[in-house]
Amino acid sequence: MPIYSKEIIKHFKNPKNVGKIKKPDGSGEAGNILCGDIMRLYLKIGENKKGEKIIEDIKFETLGCIVAIANTSLLTTLVKGKTIKEALSFKKEDLIKKLGQPLPPFKIHCSILAVDALKEAIYDYYLKNKLEISEDLEKEHQRITKTKEELEKRYKGFQTFEKEILK
Amino acid sequence: MRKKIYMDYAATTPVDPRVVKAMLPYLSEKFGNTMSLHSFGQEAKEALEESREVVANLMGAKPNEIIFTSSATESNNLALKGIALANKDKGRHIIISPIEHPCVMESAKWLESQGFEITRLKVDKYGLVDLQELQKAIKKETILVSIMHANNEIGTIEPIEEIGKICKEKGIYFHTDAAQSFGKIPIDINKMNVDLLTASSHKMYGPKGAAALFIREGTKIEPLIHGGGHESGLRSSTVNVSAIVGFIEACRICQKEMRKEGQRLTVLRDKLIKGVLRKIPGSHLNGHPQKRLPNNANFWFAFVEGESMVIQLDLLGIAASTGSACSSAKLEPSHVLLAIGLRPEQAHGSLRLSLGRWTEEKDIDYVLEVLPKVVKRLREISPFKK
Repeated sequence: MPIYSKEIIKHFKNPKNVGKIKKPDGSGEAGNILCGDIMRLYLKIGENKKGEKIIEDIKFETLGCIVAIANTSLLTTLVKGKTIKEALSFKKEDLIKKLGQPLPPFKIHCSILAVDALKEAIYDYYLKNKLEISEDLEKEHQRITKTKEELEKRYKGFQTFEKEILK
Repeated sequence: MRKKIYMDYAATTPVDPRVVKAMLPYLSEKFGNTMSLHSFGQEAKEALEESREVVANLMGAKPNEIIFTSSATESNNLALKGIALANKDKGRHIIISPIEHPCVMESAKWLESQGFEITRLKVDKYGLVDLQELQKAIKKETILVSIMHANNEIGTIEPIEEIGKICKEKGIYFHTDAAQSFGKIPIDINKMNVDLLTASSHKMYGPKGAAALFIREGTKIEPLIHGGGHESGLRSSTVNVSAIVGFIEACRICQKEMRKEGQRLTVLRDKLIKGVLRKIPGSHLNGHPQKRLPNNANFWFAFVEGESMVIQLDLLGIAASTGSACSSAKLEPSHVLLAIGLRPEQAHGSLRLSLGRWTEEKDIDYVLEVLPKVVKRLREISPFKK
């Protein structure tokens, strides 16, 4: 059996919703301190006929491994058009299941990145619009922020390379 | 799809067809047990002793100084633990480098748990051991120094002659793991001043399941595997004659072709390194620019994750490897890359391309065409892009 399922390879080869949203309604970042992966996610929020807030558009960028890329691609396709409430209910287990292959234990953390970045983007949207933030989401935000800060410290030296690379 | 390009010869090599041919009789009609007295056994025994001569010859040793084992891991375990156990009355201090293969690192760690003291020297940014630091680290209780000949990840070749000289002067056993270098660059155990040397078959176009440990005559060493007393009592186990015969055919081929092949690979390697550094912004060479194996190229690229790179390259028909934490079951970046001073996020974007007997110039051209695109594509997904 190959290390990664067809579904993972499919998303990796052709990731959906890659990129940025100009003036997003919410954006979030998550990182993994263990392996050093970084994920950024952008949201455009709309409304459905019932007047519920929905994810109208979603885009992501990542410095991450194949599982991180495939997972986030999959998540974006799953939550696009869904209500925020539905989006928040997605768990990493749902993603792993949908990717059609039990991941080796040491790769499971890669699936958390996508879910975390989405939570952060929704948190950001709530904050900007002064909407009520649940206790759970607040707790998650604290946890994710802590990891992110540590990672940012690590990548600080990288900013100088950025110009060199992107010229 | 185009043919696959294998650029992971440092991981393992295909068995040379000439080697397969030499092995075949020993899997069928010449199947004897070297310990049997009848003609089947004698035939196998003869092949084994002839093999010992060939491998001894290739490194300038005597046949009785060669022990056959099943793998470089086993040879290295025997060298470290065998010397430690046999010489613990003299002292319990062992010196290694921080960039050894995991089988040496872990053997040393285990010895530590058994009451031995391990000093792990530092290396410079190229992975070279500092001779002065080694001098200082040696003490009365030191019984063994084990420093690899050439590194498996970054290809750096250590100053083995000088290290050996220091150990010889101080009367300390010196072991070197030559799994990556044996058959690729010249090895002379006397010039190198080594007392023990590990060589591996499957890194030089021989089969898996065969390796050797050179042990200088008079060296005090304990066996790890007890039984019927094979290999002068140092490694009991029915001898894997077909694998050893294959290993030896691989040695013969390398003896004949090493010089020319080394030159050929050096040209290809340098073309690859120059091409990558020129074509890919934010790319860096790991390991020493000159003192490196003729077949090893190792880079790190800013803002790219190694596992993604390896899988993407695989999808494009190129087999490579990485020291990224994402590819390791321990979720730790390569200890070698960290030891040469790379930060975890730099090791994150590392890529090893190792060439071999069937690497051609057009393969290098293809990699130079494809790799910049792979890196560019992954950077486009990266959040660091403006």
